[in-house]
Amino acid sequence: MGVAKYTKDAKGQITDVTLQSGIHVKPFYGPEDLERVGFSYEKDLADPGVYPFTRAIHRQGYRSRAWTTRQYTGFGTSYETNERFKLMISHGQTGLNVAFDLPTQMGYDSDDPMAEGEVGRVGMAVDSLRDFEVAFKDINLAEIGSGLTINAVASIMLAMYQAVAEKYGYDAKVISATPQNDILKEMIGRGAWIFPVEPAVKLIGDTIEYSMTTMPRTNPVSVCGYHIRESGATPAQEIAYAILIANAYIDNVLLRGYDVDEFVGRFSFNLNVFGNIWEQVAKFRAARKLWARNLKEKYGVKKEANMFLRGLFGGGGFGLTKAQPENNIMRGAYYALSAALAGAQTIALCSYDEAYTIPTPHSAVISLRTLQLLMDEIGLRDTVDPLAGSYFIETLTKEMEGKIEEEMANIGKVGGIIPAVATGYIQKLVSRQAYAFEKGIQSGELLKVGVNIYTEGESKDVELHEYTGETAEKQIEELKRVKRERDQHETTRTLLDLEKATRAGKNVMPYLVDCCKAYATVGEMTRIFRDVYGEFKEPGFI
Amino acid sequence: MDAVSSTDTVKEAALAAKKIRILIAKPGLDGHDRGAKVVAHALMEAGMEVVYTGLHQTVDQIVSTALQEDVDVIGLSIMSGAHIPIIEKLVKKAREAGIDDKMIVVGGVIPVRDIPRLKELGVRGVFPGGTPFAEIVSVIRENVERGQEEKWA
Repeated sequence: MGVAKYTKDAKGQITDVTLQSGIHVKPFYGPEDLERVGFSYEKDLADPGVYPFTRAIHRQGYRSRAWTTRQYTGFGTSYETNERFKLMISHGQTGLNVAFDLPTQMGYDSDDPMAEGEVGRVGMAVDSLRDFEVAFKDINLAEIGSGLTINAVASIMLAMYQAVAEKYGYDAKVISATPQNDILKEMIGRGAWIFPVEPAVKLIGDTIEYSMTTMPRTNPVSVCGYHIRESGATPAQEIAYAILIANAYIDNVLLRGYDVDEFVGRFSFNLNVFGNIWEQVAKFRAARKLWARNLKEKYGVKKEANMFLRGLFGGGGFGLTKAQPENNIMRGAYYALSAALAGAQTIALCSYDEAYTIPTPHSAVISLRTLQLLMDEIGLRDTVDPLAGSYFIETLTKEMEGKIEEEMANIGKVGGIIPAVATGYIQKLVSRQAYAFEKGIQSGELLKVGVNIYTEGESKDVELHEYTGETAEKQIEELKRVKRERDQHETTRTLLDLEKATRAGKNVMPYLVDCCKAYATVGEMTRIFRDVYGEFKEPGFI
Repeated sequence: MDAVSSTDTVKEAALAAKKIRILIAKPGLDGHDRGAKVVAHALMEAGMEVVYTGLHQTVDQIVSTALQEDVDVIGLSIMSGAHIPIIEKLVKKAREAGIDDKMIVVGGVIPVRDIPRLKELGVRGVFPGGTPFAEIVSVIRENVERGQEEKWA
């Protein structure tokens, strides 16, 4: 059923439950199970806010602060996106999460032939600072933080965020951006990579190094187990790979001579919520513990606050179905429940129509209300880590910890996370698992409501977000105007400086900020990187 | 009678010997390739030869790979919503390259309302997410075999 495997006897009674991470669930649990897994309160759990933070990173949990609600938003031009931002804020949303269109994510301007048909389609089109000026108009950037869902050119978008904030009179020290900025996971799933592994990781190192002093409230990297899980990884692999990827970014910054305590406290994580509810809760708890231990024992992190796994636990896109789309509203509620039970700092949900389309305002607000309802109506803020002490949950958390460590060791055997990504080892593994999962759904071995049980025949479309070519026309018109009106001499100067800095291997961030302020375009800046760095060669997956 | 049965035997042997070759392509800038890879696994398991283009392919690149690899089928995986303009372009470019005999199929995030238009453009199989592998395999097989039969007719 669902994402676990169930074995039944002739009478239909369940005789075995195997979770995706390979853990068998027993019919019931007792003190002997805690003994079997070697559970100790001090070592494995401890009070909330106390190392290893299995229960929570803050002693008061959601009593001191509710989780941030941050629906993924953006489409068309910056004008339409700005309107939707304001709509969500007016409905009580407490953070932004910007969706960029594919040309922007891939570093192409809207008038590039590669952008044809894609401008503003799955996110907001951004060509220059002008688009950010419109998108963030009348939004208090000192109060509201912004997730920037972009990776290959996250450095450019972070620079642009600083540029727009300064243009609107905010000190860079008070703004809080969370660029996704995790390129290794793009190479495993999602696919919005441009540059080869080494320079791509170097750019991430640049953003981390730069943020330390210039934008200390920014979270320069959000390590995404999320998309790795969407691509077919088990929950244990999701966490194992996320921790190893985070370590690769840490290593890059350490090589520059910094102390790990100077920067690692700003790392954040983006983890997935679909799946078996108990396995998810155990996964998040084990992840918090393993991340803290990894930092303390492997990297010698001293300050406890720097060991916190701060996470957006959300999405769950793969769990949603096209069939009977309204069921996705209920799925979202249960996914959010698992995130809230496990102490997420931020939650966002895929909207019920996302298997078809960009969310309509109606469906986006339903997702937001789902989160608000959990927070304010059901009792999720009452007490920290309410499942703690359950024989089952504590045993499962320990077992999950073991599975995650096993998966980390497997990557060690193939030479570490960078070779495992560059050679396609992980891509092969997760695509085979994705295939096995799909076969399980099609054979009925794994149950999915509306898909292979309780079906209702032909599926119908939901209300679709309309995309028209006018978006591209408007955007290209705006781009032309920016190019006409900008001080071309200054633009060229900043781009030449960027090129020199890139070739010299310097931290490119200050140069990118200058380029953005001179209205250089995303395509112009990316072209320099493409010329200097080249492109990633995708390994095979079979 | 004899001549007919001998032609039938040759034809059957030719059909049996020829493995269906299919190009799985990801046009455009979208990188969500779980679906493309899963379907590629299923087609291989069904005995077909799969050529995978990798991500971020232009329509021109796809047509040229189809030509070079001499595939029977071009399968596109599209999640971005841009399926209609992409297919329009592909059909045009395939005609220009003289390979409009290749069967075109498409999968991904495809709303029901767009299926008639895609069929009208000449797409022989539309497989929205969740389509059973058996259906994908049989649509491809039947169409390719029909194409072969027409060659022999």
